[in-house]
Amino acid sequence: MKNHLSFKNLTICRDDTGAAIVKDISFDVAPGKVVALIGESGSGKTTVSLTALGYVRSGLRVTGGTVTFGDTDILALSGHALRDFRGRRIAYVAQSAAAAFNPGLTIGFQVAETASIHALGTAAERQAHVFKLYEELQLPAAATIGDRYPHEVSGGQLQRLMAAMAMSAGPECIVFDEPTTALDVTTQVDVLKTFKDLIQGHGIGAVYVSHDLAVVAQIADEIVVLQAGEIVEHGTVEQVINKPQHHYTKLLIAASDPEIASKTAKLPKRPATVLISDSSKHAEMMPTEGDPVLRIRDLCVGYGATNRQGEPSVKVLKDINLDIKARSIHAVIGESGSGKSTLARAICGLTRFYQGQVLLDGASLSPDLKSRTRAELGRVQMVMQMADVALNPAHTIDKILRRPIQYITGETGSAVDDRIADLLHKVKLPADVARRLPRELSGGQKQRINLARALAGQPRVVLCDEVTSALDTVVRNAIIDLIWSLREDLGLTFVMISHDISTVAALCDEVAVMHRGHVVEQGGTESTLRAPRHAYTRKLMRSVPHLRVGWLEQAIDHRHTDTQLVLEG
Amino acid sequence: MKGQALFATLILKRAGAGIFTLWFVSILVFAASAILPGDVAEAVLGQSATPETIAALREKLGLTRPLWEQYGDWLFGFVSGDLGQSLASGADVTQLIMDRLSNTLLLGGLTAAIAVPFALLIGLVAATFPGSAGDRAVTIGSLVLVSVPEYLMATILVMIFAIKLGWFPAVSYTTEFTSFGHLFSVMVLPILALSASITAQMARMTRATVLNILGSTFIEMALLKGVSRWRIIFTHALPNAIGPIANVVALNLAYLLSGVVIVETIFAYPGLAKLLVDAVASRDFPVVQSCALIFCASYTVLMLVADVLAILANPRLRRGGH
Repeated sequence: MKNHLSFKNLTICRDDTGAAIVKDISFDVAPGKVVALIGESGSGKTTVSLTALGYVRSGLRVTGGTVTFGDTDILALSGHALRDFRGRRIAYVAQSAAAAFNPGLTIGFQVAETASIHALGTAAERQAHVFKLYEELQLPAAATIGDRYPHEVSGGQLQRLMAAMAMSAGPECIVFDEPTTALDVTTQVDVLKTFKDLIQGHGIGAVYVSHDLAVVAQIADEIVVLQAGEIVEHGTVEQVINKPQHHYTKLLIAASDPEIASKTAKLPKRPATVLISDSSKHAEMMPTEGDPVLRIRDLCVGYGATNRQGEPSVKVLKDINLDIKARSIHAVIGESGSGKSTLARAICGLTRFYQGQVLLDGASLSPDLKSRTRAELGRVQMVMQMADVALNPAHTIDKILRRPIQYITGETGSAVDDRIADLLHKVKLPADVARRLPRELSGGQKQRINLARALAGQPRVVLCDEVTSALDTVVRNAIIDLIWSLREDLGLTFVMISHDISTVAALCDEVAVMHRGHVVEQGGTESTLRAPRHAYTRKLMRSVPHLRVGWLEQAIDHRHTDTQLVLEG
Repeated sequence: MKGQALFATLILKRAGAGIFTLWFVSILVFAASAILPGDVAEAVLGQSATPETIAALREKLGLTRPLWEQYGDWLFGFVSGDLGQSLASGADVTQLIMDRLSNTLLLGGLTAAIAVPFALLIGLVAATFPGSAGDRAVTIGSLVLVSVPEYLMATILVMIFAIKLGWFPAVSYTTEFTSFGHLFSVMVLPILALSASITAQMARMTRATVLNILGSTFIEMALLKGVSRWRIIFTHALPNAIGPIANVVALNLAYLLSGVVIVETIFAYPGLAKLLVDAVASRDFPVVQSCALIFCASYTVLMLVADVLAILANPRLRRGGH
């Protein structure tokens, strides 16, 4: 019954080029132990973890080594034996439950399917087992939640339901692939705790893939650090986080702890000498620092049928009041669904507001995108989260930048060429990038182009919607540096929509905390985050994982009192 | 609840739009037949006509009245359920159409009963084993069939099976079927000719849709649960493919009713499309009008059915939510 999962000298190569994705990976997962695989995207951690289920994504091939579970040589399994192994002996929990659940089938069917295809017990026994799992995972309405479809439950619930799906056939080992990455920090705490209880309660082994050391420190016994497909460090959690040997591990540690991150941030908090001589054009329109450039007054946004007063049936934003100071970087934080992205969309006109005002330099902007002038459109620019999706894959960088310049400024000919070169220079990319297509650039370069595209409109205010959340630590820091220098050099004002508290702490001057469509707290970043006044902000701050063993249990203890306060407040 | 309301609005909206489309089409058809040179009187009387007899017949059929009056009369009759008389033969249009419609439905129904399941099956097999010999055969074969024009396909079939081999009659003109064998031998060539192009289209669409779904994360998840390949196809992929597949099937079924002019003409099959072609030749406006509206209505209804199926197959639409 008690089997070791062993990876021995595992090497996986690309089919086309033969280049190695992971090299010489060896580690052991003892029964009931949790081994974390940590590293950045592209480090091969998911590729390694999937071999435990005898699965290699198309385009890849195992060229060396073995993966065994007890006496079973997993990589040698095929056909019926492989299907029999998957799900029953080792199960899988995917990163995004929203994508991993079939939208056309009920949740209950999918959860019980693992047990039913492996013909375990009678239908009634399986159902009873599933209900028990729902309760264990603290899912509400255990009797009826299975009749719902994936889109009818929340993200946190769906992630737990996927754990139930993995557990339904009673496996000895589970591969967790970034299971909490897609969740809000406040939800992550609870889900992490239920996963931990589940693993310990059933004594199952686990491979826990993550990029977040602080999360891993709460749940794992051992940590394996991967960089570019190779193991650079392997040890117990205490060894790795307290006495890291490899410089890459030290880098990860510095980036994962909000306390350390804000302490080690090298960024000056006050702007240095303003470089007026550098760009006189900008200096003219630069107001004195500290005056609000963007004022939001009693802003209300909603959707659905409108009543006689013109109020929609579903209200997303309620009476938002914000002052964004010129040359500041202003954060808007909150969990998903709190309305922070809707706020950004309302400011730039993508979503209509039905009440209130958005004032840019004192002039009111129309709620309707079509009624705004081109100059107004240019002055408020948006940077989307996913550069991959925001940049047209069929257009060269030159074309991507040329169109907004021509549309908003009306310039033509060589003036536009000069502007494109200037924009690339501002985002610190070489000029020859202009000839390339988005897919020929790295993730960080694409995000720079995404920023350059916003700058093409010669904005006063740049709205950044989670621009760093899809990026790895090192790249993320480079983008943060860029935003900082753009503010310094060009006098731009940034509104950063983010759920990443450590980015906000390192970069932003002011912060507004949103909860259920309201701004519950705002003020200077330092004071707001260090001494939060509102109960929700406290809950949010306590939910940010700390790189310390035992933090999770502490956070859960605080949880109860916080929830009480949030409900009252 | 939300789903039911959605259906009611959808069906009401479509019915309204459908009625408007029908009315618009009737004006277009009327205008087109007014613009065409010659009229029914010339067509009926043919070569031997004298200007006097033509004028007399025009008077008798009411063709000398203003156009809007002719159209108004027809529209009033149509709305009150009277399709009028054929100008050329004087026969009742309702009766004319009913005979032909049942023939067309027979041909279309038999073709659909064979082509739709066959197309879905080979599309699914091709998607299940992408890159296999079977998949390549389906892909290339369907591409060839789609590109061959129907009249060529029909002509080739007649050349081989009717003339060279003599297995089946070259002409499918018949009023009554004496036995199943007779029915089969008369219908087999038109059915083959029609099936060729619609099977190819539906198979290609099925393959593309299912292949696209098989690339999803939830399919990878099912694979990692140990679900077998066939169960993945039928339980996990197919329910999500119903919407797009229903759409292409509906389009092809509508085509079976209205777009079979060439096949019916080549085989001299007495169907609705053949009736339409003959009516156009004799400038028989009431018949043309009625045929055109039946085709238009069949498109509208079939597309509505496809949309309803797509909604039923998608829980997000069926049960509301956003």
